[in-house]
Amino acid sequence: MNRWLPRTYLTLVYLLLYVPIAVLVVFSFNESRTGYDWGGLSLRWYEALFNNRAMVKAMWNSLWLALSAATISTLIGALTALALHRYRFRGKQVLNGMLFVVMMSPEIVLAISLLALFLLVGMQLGYVSLLLAHVTFCLPFVVITVTARLSGFDERLPEAARDLGASDFVMTRTVLIPVIMPALLAGWLLGFTLSLDDVVVSTFVSGPSYEILPLRIYSMVRVGLKPEVNALGALLLVFSLVMLILSQWILLRSRR
Amino acid sequence: MNQTLLSLRALSKQFDGKSVLDSLDLDIYDGEFLTLLGPSGCGKTTLLRLMAGFEHPDKGSITLAGDDLTNTAPEHRPLNTVFQNYALFPHMSVFDNVAYGLKMEKRPKEEIRQRVDEALAMVQLEEYAGRKPHQLSGGQQQRVAIARAVVKRPKVLLLDEPLSALDYKLRRTMQVELKRLQRELGITFIFVTHDQEEALSMSDRVVVLKEGVIQQLGTPREVYERPANLFTARFVGETNFFPGRVDGADGEDTISVNVLGLKRSFRKPDFQVAEGQELHVLLRPEDIRVLAPESTDGVPGKVVERNYKGSTLDSVIHLEDGTEVLASEFFDEDDPAFDYRLGEPVRVSWVDGWEWLLPQENGLAQGAIADA
Repeated sequence: MNRWLPRTYLTLVYLLLYVPIAVLVVFSFNESRTGYDWGGLSLRWYEALFNNRAMVKAMWNSLWLALSAATISTLIGALTALALHRYRFRGKQVLNGMLFVVMMSPEIVLAISLLALFLLVGMQLGYVSLLLAHVTFCLPFVVITVTARLSGFDERLPEAARDLGASDFVMTRTVLIPVIMPALLAGWLLGFTLSLDDVVVSTFVSGPSYEILPLRIYSMVRVGLKPEVNALGALLLVFSLVMLILSQWILLRSRR
Repeated sequence: MNQTLLSLRALSKQFDGKSVLDSLDLDIYDGEFLTLLGPSGCGKTTLLRLMAGFEHPDKGSITLAGDDLTNTAPEHRPLNTVFQNYALFPHMSVFDNVAYGLKMEKRPKEEIRQRVDEALAMVQLEEYAGRKPHQLSGGQQQRVAIARAVVKRPKVLLLDEPLSALDYKLRRTMQVELKRLQRELGITFIFVTHDQEEALSMSDRVVVLKEGVIQQLGTPREVYERPANLFTARFVGETNFFPGRVDGADGEDTISVNVLGLKRSFRKPDFQVAEGQELHVLLRPEDIRVLAPESTDGVPGKVVERNYKGSTLDSVIHLEDGTEVLASEFFDEDDPAFDYRLGEPVRVSWVDGWEWLLPQENGLAQGAIADA
């Protein structure tokens, strides 16, 4: 009995985790229109999905938004982390703490305050407002990821490069950035995923001119669950898996 | 030889208001192996970093063969550094690490290849060119760091405790290897260490530093046999400090000193002596002779510790007045009197002429010195 208890427990935990995903994937191949009976194997919902132009458009919008938000926040975040790491100045601890405040504060608070800000400055809600909002909530994660890597960074490496004739700029390009690259990639991927599946903040700051995937799905399921959404979910799942494997592969390679 | 290459003048450096170097002057000769020796916090690493250009002096100047380097950025100084933990670029192969400095000089590819191969051959790592630093042992990483620094043919090689991370045996091998490299390359080596044994065995000259001030500058032999002050005597090797009192001059160049109740005649020291003056008589453990109790020479005491060290036999002897004496004797199997047992009474003497005299220093109690 003692041998079976932990196994049963673990099985239950993993069933809990994976049954919903499995149901989604299986029913994405379901011929039947309803979610509760099995009508045989079919790719019709995938077809329907790709014929749904609004959906495909929203998908590209989301990808483009996630890509740009992750890239911008990685650039800003990496420079912030470097500044926090490299220079000693008054109020550094406070600045560090303020990053965590943004990270820990409820998303709804950020959403409302961003909306209020955009309305205040009279900004049109659309791609730019979404981008600004996404960069805002991705930034602390990037800074913290890069800072963690920098804290283990050997301070003698930049000195060694300078000693061997590299200017500060060349040293940054040939030594500093390659060494912290895994952290930059990890930060970027984190930002990308955060941006891709954000609903709360996006709901507040998006406009009709730029529809993104999570909001599109959300509005679709409000009027009843369409099997197309299953197909979309399965595709997103595959996409996330590829990203995960890619990031792990990069990390492993850099650790070699 | 003995032509000044690197000249440090009145160098001062403070960190957070605390003085690390205080108006330090030092001339370093072309082609010499100079060691900066001192306990941690003595300013030796700061001094090296000032020469490399990683720190800027508050005052003073650094001149290399007539060129003022004080305000030159590290990348423009013809000096290279071997770092304590090697600081190899982890993302580059051994070859690329060594080639880095030459690439910065924008040398042609063919020249880089050839010079890197030469440098790697010099440290016997030709076969490891394609490896990453973490695939090498500590000693191999150390050699890559040396190759990377010397491939640029610097005028001066700065070495910041480069052997401290290696185990004893490897350290010994690397000491010999470094010395060989220095001879072959003819480059000036400035070597930082806190290990006095290392300093003595490798250097042409040793700089003993304490709290940012040079205590002594001299050949290893001078530093060991004729320490300039109590700090040097205590830091470099082990020493017995016996209290002595000047009885007066007893010849042209000699003075009579009462030490441990014995009347001895010593060479006149460099410093002024007056009758009745207290001074320190320094004797290295290997200068001490342990005699049989019935001997007429020496001071009585008893053996409290015997340590077999392989080539020598080290003993601690307590004199009757409580003074502790360290003695280190080479084995002489023909000498029947050699082996004393613990607690056995003996007499302590030393080889005449091997003693060294130092004056009393202010602020140091006589008793405190004896057991240092």
